Amino acid sequence: MTTESKAIEAQEQEMVPDSETERTRERICLVPRADIYETDENISVTLDMPGVSEESIDITLEKNVLTINGYSDIDVPEGYSLAMAEYEIGDYERSFRLTDRIDQDGIEAVYTDGVLHLTLPKAEGAKVRKISIKAG
Amino acid sequence: MYRTFRTPLLWRELDRLQQDMNRLMGDFYPSRLQAAPGYPAVNVWMNDDRQIVTAELPGFHPDDLDIRVDGRDLTISGSRQLADLPEGSRYHRQERSMGKFTRKFTLPYSVKVDAVEAAFKNGVLYLSLPRSEADKPKKITVKS
Repeated sequence: MTTESKAIEAQEQEMVPDSETERTRERICLVPRADIYETDENISVTLDMPGVSEESIDITLEKNVLTINGYSDIDVPEGYSLAMAEYEIGDYERSFRLTDRIDQDGIEAVYTDGVLHLTLPKAEGAKVRKISIKAG
Repeated sequence: MYRTFRTPLLWRELDRLQQDMNRLMGDFYPSRLQAAPGYPAVNVWMNDDRQIVTAELPGFHPDDLDIRVDGRDLTISGSRQLADLPEGSRYHRQERSMGKFTRKFTLPYSVKVDAVEAAFKNGVLYLSLPRSEADKPKKITVKS
């Protein structure tokens, strides 16, 4: 499959919109950029989440809502002053509503080089079944 | 009786007004963040002896990054490719960007090139650029 990808360019960071409930952590909360694609068996979600460690990522799936949280553990270098700032360091939060039923036990998550990759296998009932039409 | 009842309410009202004003001003003033003119966005930390440049480069492998320092010029370039998709897959969303980038910076002072340190952790690049001895300010003593 050939897909044209977005050219690499400076992209603005998007923050999670303020809601009624306040966050307990002081850091700002960012929306990670995501690629989502689907095959007959799986739904794959790839998220750019630089600056969080593997242990600080929380993934939950509840009633077809997939929520990803990542908590940044980067601290400012001591004894230095900020000379130029072009990006914010923050936690990540994003939720997706899935349309297909997911086999919860088969979910796989891999985090490498700041990218989280989730593979969500579709539940048996949700897989595409090919129906052959008999000639009448 | 009237007074004790009215005063706290009035203060509460004033507090609320102050909060609203703060929020309004907060929106009005631009944030200290500058828009990045190129990819990647960087943060630069500085003291008298050293500069620390950090950049978020998720999905890049350290081998795909090329960092060059020459005197006062710093160049970061690299590329990341789209993972091979299985046959018959279709995209629902595509927000992450792919391809090559190069970004050049002019540092405020020349760098001791052989002492530059680079680290890459969880998709974040850290560059530690010490100032060259020749470039450091010298203290001049006044003879009497």
